[in-house]
Amino acid sequence: MRIYISIVFILIFILSYGQEKKVNDDFELELEAEYRYFPNEAAFEGQKDHFPSLAITPEYSLSWNKGYDMLNFKGFFRLDVDDERTHWDIREFYYQKSKKNWEISLGLKKVYWGVTESNHLVDIINQTDAVESFDGEKKLGQPMAQFSLSTKKIGTFDFFYLPYHRKRTFPGMKARLRFPIVIDNDDLNYESSAEEWHQDFAIRWKHYIGSVDIGLSHFYGTGREPFFTYNYDFNIEAFYPIINQTGLDIQVTNNAFLWKFESIYRTSKVQDFFALTGGVEYTFSNIKSSGIDVGILLEYLYDDRNELALTGLQNDVFFGSRIAFNDVQSTEILIGGITDLKKSSKIFSLEASRRLGESWKLEVEGRFFSNIENRELILSNFQEDSFLRLSFLKYF
Amino acid sequence: MKKIIVIALVLGNMSMLTAQNQEKKGIEIAKAANLADQGFGSLEVNLKMILKNKNGQVSERQMTNKVLELIEDGDKSLVAFNTPKDVKGTATLTFTHKIGSDDQWLYLPSIKRVKRISSSNKSGPFMGSEFAFEDLSSDEVEKYTYKFIEENDGLLKVEQDPVDPKSGYARRLVTYNKNKGYRLETIEFYDRKNALLKTLIYSDYRQYKSKHWRPGRMTMTNHQNNKETTLFFSDYNFGLELSDEDFTENALKRIGN
Repeated sequence: MRIYISIVFILIFILSYGQEKKVNDDFELELEAEYRYFPNEAAFEGQKDHFPSLAITPEYSLSWNKGYDMLNFKGFFRLDVDDERTHWDIREFYYQKSKKNWEISLGLKKVYWGVTESNHLVDIINQTDAVESFDGEKKLGQPMAQFSLSTKKIGTFDFFYLPYHRKRTFPGMKARLRFPIVIDNDDLNYESSAEEWHQDFAIRWKHYIGSVDIGLSHFYGTGREPFFTYNYDFNIEAFYPIINQTGLDIQVTNNAFLWKFESIYRTSKVQDFFALTGGVEYTFSNIKSSGIDVGILLEYLYDDRNELALTGLQNDVFFGSRIAFNDVQSTEILIGGITDLKKSSKIFSLEASRRLGESWKLEVEGRFFSNIENRELILSNFQEDSFLRLSFLKYF
Repeated sequence: MKKIIVIALVLGNMSMLTAQNQEKKGIEIAKAANLADQGFGSLEVNLKMILKNKNGQVSERQMTNKVLELIEDGDKSLVAFNTPKDVKGTATLTFTHKIGSDDQWLYLPSIKRVKRISSSNKSGPFMGSEFAFEDLSSDEVEKYTYKFIEENDGLLKVEQDPVDPKSGYARRLVTYNKNKGYRLETIEFYDRKNALLKTLIYSDYRQYKSKHWRPGRMTMTNHQNNKETTLFFSDYNFGLELSDEDFTENALKRIGN
């Protein structure tokens, strides 16, 4: 890692040498006080019920040459009851240069791909910060060199060189939402003898034609999801395989209808599979001139891996509603549920947020596991882990 | 009797002609206003929005806006939020179209996600303010039908009826200033029940590049809920020479950083 940071600095110096000197800088700080409460009795030895936690996110950015050159830094540190959730990360630390229709980024960065709401299949560049959030939307900074080319007629092409793999962090002894056995990161090996230094590559094409947005991507390298299997003693064994993954994401925006589709095909020595998520979002906007928008979401989730799908979403339906009050305090509520089509398993969720004053924010999250069947290899471990989360955020 | 019929016919024709004339004159004014501002090329401006509720409590938002003028089609626009801090970096990219719905993308900086969003919600409030989305989108001539009302000391009053049925308004009464490059002075908004909903007043005008009039302030008063939103514009910059390449998904992500 240290080598990469030095390389980034040298390149910044070379690329920015002799350019316009007017520099803008900006510092932001976010503090979070969080409380997670798991009301049900723990399923496994050592698990706690109450998780007070503090997090800090400092951000610093420099930009010059009219914003066509930028240096961005975003750090993160969390202190938690669970030793594994107490962690720090460099979310972003990269230099970016853009000129006319191209852009280059060097360093640790976060990139998002995809269109669906209930699952993010196509999104593969960054490792998930799995201890941070249940929905997998928090990611670890990924070392990369990215070159992006926008064309007028045939869309945008992105090329990624990803020289270093970051392992997923799993919850520790005291944590909920874990397996009976605590997975130690050091026990997870790589298929490649180069281990985390296997050189990975990715390419993505993104275009829009009228109401259709389309993305096509391919990733080659060490997978972000570990491959889980059971050995003869019924202990979980896991490693990171070398994978090839092709992803397709499409959104059709037709008035208040958003039609969404994502699918991946992944091949590796141990497993080939196909998965898709597809559905629709419809928004009733400004209902009776109240300013309130109510969106209805419906998505179908399919995964070839069946029981081994890490997300537990192998043949499920997601339904939900997004309510935006569009008031001065930007109050928003997202409620939803995922139900298995063949089993009784259901997960309900609630996410709500509201600004308090000018620089505070309140977030509420609830996840409720209901009738999880024992034959669900992954989800059955979480059946006692319904929780409520309350967060206060302060921005400086 | 014959005479009366002739007179009635003439009068009838006159009033029809007047209606046609009113319509024609209305469109001419809108086109003249459009032409008077043509050729600004591109601009960048900082915005401060002050929201005041009926008890006088205030809330503030700061944004930057970049606009690229297109002649054949509607303008391209980038808006990025600086405050409130929890939405800092949230940005939108809009390709306005003269005919049909606009293309719009939203950037969410916390997860670095770009979402194509529906532009069909025109009448909803922009960030809890008294400005609806449609009040802030670029004014293309094709978006309304017109009726000239009166001229008073160089001030031209024109009624505009939105073409789009999704608009929140039955009509708008717009006052142009003929002697100042047809700049807008006031707009009165009538809701779908044809009751006066809001009044927008443009003030602190300055002329740029000895042609383009831009307001320093726009005050929107809602007569039905007694709330008020004031938009302050500062640091107009017409000299950046922005191009299509500054209005792409990549540019949207950059501005939101």
